[in-house]
Amino acid sequence: MWQSLHASLQERNFTVVTVAMDEPEAARPWIELAKPTYPCLIDRNHHVAELYNMVNVPQATWIDEHGRIVRPPENAGSSDAFRRMDRTSMQMSPEQIAERNRTKRTYVAAIHDWVLKGPGSEFAYDAATIRARLRLPDDAVARAHAHFRLAQSLLKRGKREEAAINFSAASRLHPDSWTIWRQAAEKDATGLAAGPEFWARVDSLGDRPYHRPIDMKGLRQGDA
Amino acid sequence: MITVLHEQSEIVCANARADGDELWMGAQDLEAATGWSIKPEGLCRGDACLPVPRDRAEDYIKADMLNATAFWRRMQHPITHDAAGELWVLGTSATDRSSALKALEAPDFALPDLAGATRTLSEQRGRKVLLATWASW
Repeated sequence: MWQSLHASLQERNFTVVTVAMDEPEAARPWIELAKPTYPCLIDRNHHVAELYNMVNVPQATWIDEHGRIVRPPENAGSSDAFRRMDRTSMQMSPEQIAERNRTKRTYVAAIHDWVLKGPGSEFAYDAATIRARLRLPDDAVARAHAHFRLAQSLLKRGKREEAAINFSAASRLHPDSWTIWRQAAEKDATGLAAGPEFWARVDSLGDRPYHRPIDMKGLRQGDA
Repeated sequence: MITVLHEQSEIVCANARADGDELWMGAQDLEAATGWSIKPEGLCRGDACLPVPRDRAEDYIKADMLNATAFWRRMQHPITHDAAGELWVLGTSATDRSSALKALEAPDFALPDLAGATRTLSEQRGRKVLLATWASW
């Protein structure tokens, strides 16, 4: 997904680092297929999601040369257009595809702008703006991650039933997390957790987003 | 044997025992598993020290064993364990996670790539980084 961005900007002191919220063997074929030249890390325990309070994929944060966060963790260029696709054919309409592509394009263009202009980019926030926009975890989220960690460890030891109890506890404590829910959910033959339970959970969002709109000109909720 | 999971580490403890929801650990094991060590000032890591309440010292320290559960609860960190009491997660509080984020220093981590090599975020210092998540599911 990020290879062309990485390739076009790597001479500009920029790198992509991806983190798979995944089992290594599930992530492996995708990485081998894409053959990326940037670091692709595997995070079976979703430690990065806990550190950065991320709740879905793809999410991303921008980090400058000094290791400072210049954009808070946010949706990394995905749109909610998929929610309106035809669920029999699993096809998106041309309008929905256009919306998806526009979101991605706008987000990637903003990364280019930041890499070329640095702090002068309108997309790199100052400290006060980032702090105001950071989404911080509460106690329930912290407890959810403890249960998730325990569940993944139990799973590794072959204790599936006890793992399931702890996955459920984690999802109950942190209902906003799709990473926790989908990691634990039943996968289909292609490895996707996109069965009826997934769609029911998506539908129960109602007016709330699955991928939160990115706080960026042209992509804010209500922007055309 | 008791295994303690904390941050990214997983430590098998030689000197630890579970008593219901309480995890009692030898000082060496607690330090190896979490980085917290017992000092005259209390339980310390880096500059931070948590004094042991004098009137209830026995709830925290008894016969050279430390009550990890009591210390963890006092610090408002989450703690959970499996049914057998063999696997314990000594988690990190929302307050600590939030403070780290609000400092705007990107929290560092060490994770394996597919070849098994451990990579860190901090090794990218000097470059701009797009840190992005994905998943196969």
